[in-house]
Amino acid sequence: MEDFLQIAGANYRSRLIVGTGKYKDFEETKRAIEVSGAEIVTVAVRRVNITDPNKENLLDYLDPKKYTILPNTAGCYNAEDAVRTCRLAREAGVGKMVKLEVIGDDKTLFPDIPATLDAAKILVKEGFVVLPYITDDPITAKKLEDIGCAAVMPLAAPIGSGLGIRNPYNIRIILEHAKVPVIVDAGVGTASDAAIAMEMGCHGVLMNTAIASAKDPILMAEAMRQGIEAGRKAYLAGRIPKKLYATASSPLDGVLN
Amino acid sequence: MKPYSLATLCGCCGYGFFISMKIAVNGEAKEIANGLNLDGLLEQLQIRPARVVVELNRNIVSRDAYSTTMLVEGDKLEIVHFVGGG
Repeated sequence: MEDFLQIAGANYRSRLIVGTGKYKDFEETKRAIEVSGAEIVTVAVRRVNITDPNKENLLDYLDPKKYTILPNTAGCYNAEDAVRTCRLAREAGVGKMVKLEVIGDDKTLFPDIPATLDAAKILVKEGFVVLPYITDDPITAKKLEDIGCAAVMPLAAPIGSGLGIRNPYNIRIILEHAKVPVIVDAGVGTASDAAIAMEMGCHGVLMNTAIASAKDPILMAEAMRQGIEAGRKAYLAGRIPKKLYATASSPLDGVLN
Repeated sequence: MKPYSLATLCGCCGYGFFISMKIAVNGEAKEIANGLNLDGLLEQLQIRPARVVVELNRNIVSRDAYSTTMLVEGDKLEIVHFVGGG
């Protein structure tokens, strides 16, 4: 059975979206991403270092023909900067899909929701495929979907915290009402966190630190791929209900007496 | 175009007839030869055009317009590219 993550009409086999930050070097970035099986990878937009322009470029290691490049607006603290960053990213010629994040505070890195809504309105109007990073708030998710965002991306926990899904109930409510993919973005720490998100019925998980900052990023990339796949399959298979008391697995008939 | 009175004599070559002008690239002051276009600037900075996006005074310049975009005194340029990020 074919099972795709569908975003704005495009089909992706992998439900794992990975970031490209915090790796030791581009070679490690490339290997981890290959092993993760991810087809969508996030990147940030930054000034070129004009005093040392000959440094290698990330895209020399990540072929945009092979991967869907998802530029983010990390580091933007208002709607104007986020929109400006998206326009610059689009000009780079890697498509019109963007990860919108308008940061509210540099200690929590929680999103500034009013600014995210403002930026999303402009970006959708300009034809961007907008994937917004949001808090795990069903109302915000609904508003962004109504604006025309192609997915909603509630955080599991603060970016880079590795705490896992702190409020599964909110994620469940978001899932129940959303008509666009729900992608858990940020806060995943290990493979079981990713599996839990997928078992709940989330459509995908976006992560960076959990892989890049693991002791062995390549091995963790593999674990995350398997965690995502296991969780997705468990969700599709339909888990048994939780019960307080035992139910025997072996037949009761024919027991010796 | 700004008048020549705003431009300064190039300090590096010593020739009086070689006029230079001041621009800002990624927040850093740069002195460049008068009459340089965007293509020429990127070449001087050893930046591959295919891997960057350029914003001139807050307006994005498309790649096919680099050779026809003449730089003038006081221009503010942002040259960006993709880096690792989440």
